[in-house]
Amino acid sequence: MKKYLTIITCMSFSVIAFSQADVYPAKEYKGKLFIANGTVHVGNGQVIENATIEVNDGKIVQVGTNVTVPQEGAKVVDAKGKQVYPGLILSETDLGLKEIGNGVRGSNDYLELGDLNPNVRSIVAYNTDSKVTGTLRANGILLAGITPAGGAISGSSSVVQLDAWNWEDAAYKMDNAIHLNMPSFINRPNRFAIFFGLPIDNTDPTKKALEKMDELKSFFRQAKAYFEEPVHKQTNLKFEAVKGLFNKSEKFFVHCNEAKQMLAAIDFAKEFGFEVTIVGGSESFLIADLLKQNNISVILQQMHELPSTDDDDYDQPYKTPAVLQKAGVLFAINDNHEESRYRNLMFNAGTAAAYGLTKEQALEAITLSAAKILGVADRTGSLEPGKDANIVVSDGDILDMRTSIISKAFIQGREVSLENKQTQLYERYKYKYGLK
Amino acid sequence: MRTFWLRPPGKLFFVLALLLQSLFGIAQQPTFPVNGVADPRARTYAFTHATIVKDGQTTLANATLVISEGRIVAAGTTAEVPKDAVVIDCSGKYIYPSFIDIYSDYGIPAPERKKGGFNFRGPSQLESETKGAFGWNQAIKPEVDGSKLFVVDEAKAKSLRDAGFGSVLTHQKDGIARGTGVFVTLADEKENLAILKEKASANYSFNKGSSTQSYPTSMMGSIALLRQTYLDAQWYKSKPAQEGVNLSLQAWNNNQGLPQIFEANDKWNDLRADRIGDEFGVQYIIKGGGNEYQRIDDIVATKAAFILSLNFPKAMDVDDPNNARFVSLADMKDWELAPTNPAALEKANIAFCLTAADVKDPKEFITNLHKALEYGLSEAKAFEALTKVPASLLGVYDQVGSIDAGKIANFLIANGPIFNEKTAIIENWVQGKKYEVKEGEWSDARGTYSLAITSPSGASNYAIDVKSNNSANVIGKDTLPAKFSFDGKIVKFSFSPSASQKPMVHDKDAQPAPGKEKFNGGLPGSGAVVLLSGVANGNTWSGNGIDTAGNQITWSASLIKAAGAETEKEKKKQEPKIGKVLYPFDGYGWDELPKPETMLIKNTTVWTNEKEGVLQHTDVLIRNGKIAEIGKDLPGASAKIIDGTGKYLTAGIIDEHSHIAAASINEGAQSVTSEVRIGDNLNPEDINIYRQLAGGVTSSHILHGSANTIGGQTQLIKLRWGADDEGLKFRNWDPFIKFALGENVKRTTAMGNNRFPDTRMGVDQVLVDAFTRALDYERQWKTAEENNKRKGAKPVVIRRDLELDALAEILNHKRFITCHSYVQSEITDLIRVADRFGFTVNTFTHVLEGYKVADKIKAHGSSTSTFSDWWEYKMEVQDAIPYNASIMQRMGLNVCINSDDAEQARHLNQEAAKSMKYGGMSEEEAWKMVTINPAKALHVADRVGSIKVGKDADVVLWSDDPLSIYAKPLKTIVDGTVYFDIDRDEAARRYISEERNRLIQKMIAEKKSGAPTRPATPSFNVLLSCGDHGHHDGLITVDVSDDDMINSN
Repeated sequence: MKKYLTIITCMSFSVIAFSQADVYPAKEYKGKLFIANGTVHVGNGQVIENATIEVNDGKIVQVGTNVTVPQEGAKVVDAKGKQVYPGLILSETDLGLKEIGNGVRGSNDYLELGDLNPNVRSIVAYNTDSKVTGTLRANGILLAGITPAGGAISGSSSVVQLDAWNWEDAAYKMDNAIHLNMPSFINRPNRFAIFFGLPIDNTDPTKKALEKMDELKSFFRQAKAYFEEPVHKQTNLKFEAVKGLFNKSEKFFVHCNEAKQMLAAIDFAKEFGFEVTIVGGSESFLIADLLKQNNISVILQQMHELPSTDDDDYDQPYKTPAVLQKAGVLFAINDNHEESRYRNLMFNAGTAAAYGLTKEQALEAITLSAAKILGVADRTGSLEPGKDANIVVSDGDILDMRTSIISKAFIQGREVSLENKQTQLYERYKYKYGLK
Repeated sequence: MRTFWLRPPGKLFFVLALLLQSLFGIAQQPTFPVNGVADPRARTYAFTHATIVKDGQTTLANATLVISEGRIVAAGTTAEVPKDAVVIDCSGKYIYPSFIDIYSDYGIPAPERKKGGFNFRGPSQLESETKGAFGWNQAIKPEVDGSKLFVVDEAKAKSLRDAGFGSVLTHQKDGIARGTGVFVTLADEKENLAILKEKASANYSFNKGSSTQSYPTSMMGSIALLRQTYLDAQWYKSKPAQEGVNLSLQAWNNNQGLPQIFEANDKWNDLRADRIGDEFGVQYIIKGGGNEYQRIDDIVATKAAFILSLNFPKAMDVDDPNNARFVSLADMKDWELAPTNPAALEKANIAFCLTAADVKDPKEFITNLHKALEYGLSEAKAFEALTKVPASLLGVYDQVGSIDAGKIANFLIANGPIFNEKTAIIENWVQGKKYEVKEGEWSDARGTYSLAITSPSGASNYAIDVKSNNSANVIGKDTLPAKFSFDGKIVKFSFSPSASQKPMVHDKDAQPAPGKEKFNGGLPGSGAVVLLSGVANGNTWSGNGIDTAGNQITWSASLIKAAGAETEKEKKKQEPKIGKVLYPFDGYGWDELPKPETMLIKNTTVWTNEKEGVLQHTDVLIRNGKIAEIGKDLPGASAKIIDGTGKYLTAGIIDEHSHIAAASINEGAQSVTSEVRIGDNLNPEDINIYRQLAGGVTSSHILHGSANTIGGQTQLIKLRWGADDEGLKFRNWDPFIKFALGENVKRTTAMGNNRFPDTRMGVDQVLVDAFTRALDYERQWKTAEENNKRKGAKPVVIRRDLELDALAEILNHKRFITCHSYVQSEITDLIRVADRFGFTVNTFTHVLEGYKVADKIKAHGSSTSTFSDWWEYKMEVQDAIPYNASIMQRMGLNVCINSDDAEQARHLNQEAAKSMKYGGMSEEEAWKMVTINPAKALHVADRVGSIKVGKDADVVLWSDDPLSIYAKPLKTIVDGTVYFDIDRDEAARRYISEERNRLIQKMIAEKKSGAPTRPATPSFNVLLSCGDHGHHDGLITVDVSDDDMINSN
């Protein structure tokens, strides 16, 4: 208990030390780092009590109960009584592209004009100085898949780490996936039409969607033919941009929620052999077996959403992860909540744990599974030897808001600042009122 | 002449029609000059040997109807046939008064709609575009006079006459106050004669129709506008000089003596309309929505007469399960149950009329009428609903609606009882003039005839067995199938004389016109037929034809034996198999509303929110809707025992800021709309009520949105899932009103804002101006009241202003403000405005920069209600921090955590728990932010918000520590009634699945049977919101937020 108190004191000291200055990205950490005697949640389902993680030059060397911590020459973090997790991963986000969504157009860079933009790259517009980033780090979210929006093909996403001076520093894996927005098989009425009881669009939505699908497929068929040309008479940047899909260096992220859209996505996977991930997946619970059979993974966008229909179980969105887990589908849980700005990723996982997943399965959905889907599982997502030391130390269960209090976070072994604009304002007004 | 007839109706046709009319026409208007020779006729007819159904009570067999000059002279078994009458033998025929449609727009031109796109972010239209000395609002047009718009429309008239109608009340269906309706016949006459009553009704609705003016943009705005207009019209009677001449108010007053008809079009709207009527002493006749059966008790309570249309929903094409999935059980059930609506009203003893108004084709009206009869409507009631009821409601029963001497000669001649499916209307007489409907049905040809054919080779004899006007067999040695048709005048048939030879089937439509038979010299080969054509004269037919060899022949036939009386077995009417009505009308609704129970929750952990704190191993007794006892080992006696071991009992969650359960949320057309009331438009069927019960919420404060500085009056509700709109209301609470500041009210995201204010400086002035006007208003009232008390003083009449009434209540501490606010400057400003006018801002809601001015809020005495961790979604929330609640709480403020979002409200326990993470709040203090603190902010802490003996039993039993992310509500109890139970929820899921399957199979069967279907239409759920932020709604949710509504027209 005494030791516990000491750690708390140290922690608050470090906050005060930082609070007068701005927040800096941490410098590269060379040498040994030990995170000692914590309860280690590996990220692959395994929990090791009283375990120590040894890190060297930013990489995890070993994890276990028999790791010897040297007396000197290494940075040691006492994690006794604490919970140690892999850095959490926000799979799909407009972080750094959209600062203030509503009413401040100049702060937005997430949505490009045009319908077929595979050549658009999110990474070049990624703003490392977004005020939101610091609030994510403070909650243990250390990596994110930065994704463009708009059109039928929005462009390519990149994975970044969240403690960097500029986008080149931030890049963790460039151009990991091409994003496609599947056309809807439902006619969404004009919202005013509904309110005022005006007639809604009666054209057959399935027909419309299939026509759009054909158009998209034709794009990829032509791209495929283009790659067969011995010499290109004219260079086509859009075709060039999807080369990675055909040579499997990039994944194909299909944004959709309706069962029919997902069936269409499976069709894409079959025809072109792309590695398909469904992003959204509200109705994935209806076709979990099919997704498994076809090796389709899913990023569940938002746990905290209303059920799709009036008749659905009130807790359907909360329990969909458990359905996917049972069917053996690879899935990640995401957070795209525009108002709390993506900081509740771990609570989304916590909700899934309340509705059918085990806590470790829920954790996996925001760490290792997310890393697998983003194509970075060789470097992060779990606390295993050889991987980057992307590590979070929490006072208690990270999935439960009562105890999800992050005291330390490391990206590639660098101890990153947990301070941010919000903690600074907190300190400022505690000071004003003389609060401790 | 012939060529004229064959031409499409055009100028020539028109000329011809006029000519015919003046030749055979009815009446001659004395003021109209005649071109040619006058041809006055009395047009006296006697219809003899008919079954006359005079009205619902009296049916006369073998009776005579005499009409003359367009009116009924006599009807009875002893009525004398005048010598000058044209006699029409109606043996075997039925005569009924023709039907009346009380809800038509026949002959009234549709209002012109402004062309152009719909730009919801464009500028507002603050003033009416109607030119002239009319009222301020474009949707209030009581001056519209149907009789001045009415033009006879023969094509439309014919389709209505064919369905049995003879007269209609017609009006322009446009706007909120729609002016007057005119009662007309469907005669093809000059308008001067077709009009029976110039002003027969005054019509209203909630829909502003073609009005392009911004106000009102909401249901509650329409209601407020109607209420204010009643008040204004009353005030206008005092001839206020300031108002000058207001033709709209003048017309409104003049129209009050007429039958008042309100188009509500939905069960809840029926109730909303009726409440307006109750307030102003008006009993509307209500045009319903066809879903009245879903709330029949409430409908009875309106005491209104109803107008029902028979536009029953068609089955959907649900073959594709992925399409079927988006159709809600409620919509499927409505498809099945809608035809029971008229029967439900009959059973409940509600007077009603039937209208063909909403069906595309009047033919469908008849089809659906038979369906309504099949689903339990009695024929007597159907008959009344089409005759006596509408006539009586309109005060024209002395003219139409029955067959009585003196009334207008509007009647039907049918070949059988009118509601038999096989019966056809033969003629529809309007104003004493015949209009043919199915003239062919006049003669019943059925029976056995002897047929004699004379050919060059000699005579041959057969018998003909006529089964109907379209089918017969010729009987010689064998029975020879014949192709037969009889249209009442001309008979045509063909048959093959040899049984082995089938009659040659030729296309009926391709047959040449009578008298122009194209003879082809006989038909070759063994399949040759005899072709015959002739005319009927009574029961004998005669004509000519050709035989199989092509020889010219003649023939005659006469009736030997008429067909016997309907041998059809009286089919036992099979009651259609149908599902049950649920309350609310939703899959998760109840068969029967739940009742308060006596319950003993045993051995549980009780979070009291009182000084006792958390009690372990404690029992709580609930009785009569209240918390009766708290203690250890309480005796169970008669109580239902609930084992609370390992579980947690808390007070129910109270959401200080919610937008569920309402038909509209924002009246954004003006900056001050304190006249609108959320409570006027509650929607007790919002599924989010149920979903939030499943999240432990028991009370919600339903706020007006944030579209304008002074929004509408709010409504505190309890989540009594299944109750009606009034039943949701939290009883005896202090009234509140919503205010808003900042970006939304200055229309930041709109283009070309022209609505004051556009800055926070302007917002301040909107507030100051509104309260200044309210003070002046109060003073005027006081002065006037004092003056009016003085004897002999000329009475002063002050206009009652609903907007200022609400503001005056604030000044008098009788209404309380909850104000949407973000940044510190605006918070401070509203505090100073309140200080200046001597009241306290009750609650700052959102208040994301409250932490910056917590000391000022504390000094002023406001409560605060905030989000746990929202920020950075718009400019004014850049400095929002998740420590806000903690700082304000530590500064001694009463702090609540609210949802403002239908999803967020499902886990307010988690939102509260975030203050433990951000700012280190204790578990119990965090919990109070969603229970007792909002109860205090809403002035209801004496009844809810904690577990204390005597308080309302609004409690939740949780599976886990209520602030844990793993906690789920097991039971949510409101007023001692279990509204959510996790086991009952399981059962409801099973029921939904089975019932959906049953109805999907039924719809598929319906499609297979050839009935028309429509594509599966997703049951979109309109979600209303503050308009402040995006939402996390379901796939088929449509979000309507304030910015969008501000300028919607």
